[in-house]
Amino acid sequence: MRKKKTYGKSSFLLTVLLLVYIFPFFLVLINSFKSKRDVVKNPLSLIGEEGFCPENYLLALKRMDFWNVFLNSLLITVVSVLLIVLFSSMTAYLFARCKWKINKLFFSLMILSMVIPFQVLMIPIVSVYGSVLHVLNSRLTLICMHVGFGVSMGTFMFHGAIVSSIPLELEEAAKIDGASRMKIYRSVVLPLLKPTVVTLVIIDSLAIWNDYLLPSLVLVKKELYTLPIAAQSFHGDFSSDYGLMMAGMVMSVIPILILYFILQKHIIEGVVAGAVKG
Amino acid sequence: MSISKKSRTKIKNTGTFLVFAGPSLFFFVMTILVPLVYGVYLTFTDWNGISREKNIVGLENYIKAFGDVKFWQSLLLTIIFTGIAVLLVNYIAFHLARLVTKGVRFQNFYRASFFTPNLIGGVVLGYIWQFIFGRVLVAFGKSLDIGFLSKSWLSDTKLAMAALILVTVWQYSGYMMLIYIAGLMNVPKELLEAGKIDGCDEKACRKYIVMPMMISSFIICIFLTITRCFMTYDLNFSLTEGNPFGSTVMASMYVYRKAFSEKNYGLGQTEAILLFVVCAFVSLMQIYFTKKKEVQA
Repeated sequence: MRKKKTYGKSSFLLTVLLLVYIFPFFLVLINSFKSKRDVVKNPLSLIGEEGFCPENYLLALKRMDFWNVFLNSLLITVVSVLLIVLFSSMTAYLFARCKWKINKLFFSLMILSMVIPFQVLMIPIVSVYGSVLHVLNSRLTLICMHVGFGVSMGTFMFHGAIVSSIPLELEEAAKIDGASRMKIYRSVVLPLLKPTVVTLVIIDSLAIWNDYLLPSLVLVKKELYTLPIAAQSFHGDFSSDYGLMMAGMVMSVIPILILYFILQKHIIEGVVAGAVKG
Repeated sequence: MSISKKSRTKIKNTGTFLVFAGPSLFFFVMTILVPLVYGVYLTFTDWNGISREKNIVGLENYIKAFGDVKFWQSLLLTIIFTGIAVLLVNYIAFHLARLVTKGVRFQNFYRASFFTPNLIGGVVLGYIWQFIFGRVLVAFGKSLDIGFLSKSWLSDTKLAMAALILVTVWQYSGYMMLIYIAGLMNVPKELLEAGKIDGCDEKACRKYIVMPMMISSFIICIFLTITRCFMTYDLNFSLTEGNPFGSTVMASMYVYRKAFSEKNYGLGQTEAILLFVVCAFVSLMQIYFTKKKEVQA
C-alpha cells in the first residue's frame, strides 16, 4: 500500500518535470507554424489568428539552402567518424600489443592531450592553417581536423577494450595459422571490438554533427556550411521573423531527433560508456 | 648475418608502425601537437594575425594578461557561473536519476526525454531559448502581470546570467542523470537490505550507503560539468552574445574576441592558456578532494 503511494508521487513529479523539460520544444514547434504577426501578437497561442502557416518551412528550406547544408554535415560527420574508428582502432591494436618506446611515448601524449580544451588550440590552428598554409575553407581540412581531435579518445578507448577483452591466445592461434598482423587485425581484433566501435561512433557523431566553433573557424564560404553554422547565419538574417526562424531551428534539429528515435537505446548506452571510460 | 637480420626486423617494425599508427599520429600531431607548440610560441609574440612579421616580445603578453582587468573579470564571472551551474546540475541530475530508477512506469521514456536537450548543439539551443526568454516569457508575464517576467531576462545584467545558468542546467542535468543512473545501478542490493535491517529509512540509506558508494559517479559528473561550464562558448555566443553591456562575456568568449576581433593573437593565446591552467587546477582539486571520500564495498 505504502509503496504504491510513493510511486504515485514520483510519477506525478516526473510528469511535471517532463513537461517543464519538453515545454521549450513544444513552444518552438507551435510558433514555427505561425505567421510573423501572430508570433509577435501571441507566442503562447496554439494556432495563430492568420491560421496554420506551413509556408515557413518551405521558405526556411530554401533560404537555409537546407539540403546542401544537410549533405555537408552528413558527409563531414560520416567520413570523419569512419576515419577515426579505422585509424584509432589500428593504432590502439599496435600500442596494446607492441610495447615499443615510441608507442608508449605517443600513447601518453595522446592521453595527456585529451584534457586540452579546444580554446587553447583554436588561435594557433587559425594561424597555422589560415595564415601560413592557406588551407582553410575546405571540407577536407575540417575532416582532417576532426580526425586529429578524435583519434586520442578513440585510441584510448580501443586500447582499453583490447587489453581487457581480447584474449592473446586467439591472436597467437591466428599467427600460427600464418595470418599477418593486418589480417589478424581485420579478421580477429576488429570484429571483437564491435561494442566499442558502436560507442565511439555515437559519441563522435554527436560531437561532430553539433560542433560549431571549429567549423565556423574553418569554413567561411557559404556553400560549405554545416548545420550549426547555417542555423547561426539563418538566425542573423531573419532574427525578426520568428516563425520562419523557428521553422529553421526545427529543421536543423530534426535529423538528429529522428536518429535518436530509432537508436535511442544504443545512443543512451553509448553516451554513458563514453563518459565513464573517457 | 646477424646484423642484417636485426636491421630487417627493424625495417619491418618501422613499416608496421607507419601502417598502424602512422595515419592517426599524423593527424594527431598536425591538429594538436603542432598548434600546441605554435600556440606557446605565439604567446611570446605581438602578432596581429595578418602582418608578415611577428616581433618577439618576451614575457610582455604574460605581464599584460595579468594586468588585464577585463580578462580576470570574465574569468571570475566564469567561475561564478560554473560554481552555481555545477551545483544545480548535479543536484538535479542525482535526484532525477533516483526518480527514474524506482521502477515507475515508463521510466525509460522519462530517461530518454530528459536527455534530449543534449542531442542538440549549443548554438541552436541558444537561439531557441533566446526566443523563449525574449518573446514567450515576456508575453506570459504581461498577460498575467508578473513583474519579473514582463521584461526580457536577456536585457537585464543579472537575469541574463541567470538565463545562461538555467539553460545550462536544463541541458546538462539530463546527461549527468544518465551517469548517475549507471552509478545507482551499481550499488549492491545487499548493502541496502543490510541498512534497512539496521533501521535506516530511505534518507539514511541514501546518505550512508548510496552516496558513498557512488563517489566515482560524482567525480565523473562534477569533472565533466566543471570542464564544460568553464569552456562554455556556443551557448554564451548564441543566447546572450555577451550582452547586455558586456555583462555576460565569459572567459572563452573573451579570449575569442581578444584574438579574432581585436586581432591580438599573442595576448589572446596567452589568456587562453591561463584559462586552461585555472580550469585544470580547479578540476584537479575537485578530483583530489572527492577521491578522499571514496569507499570500497
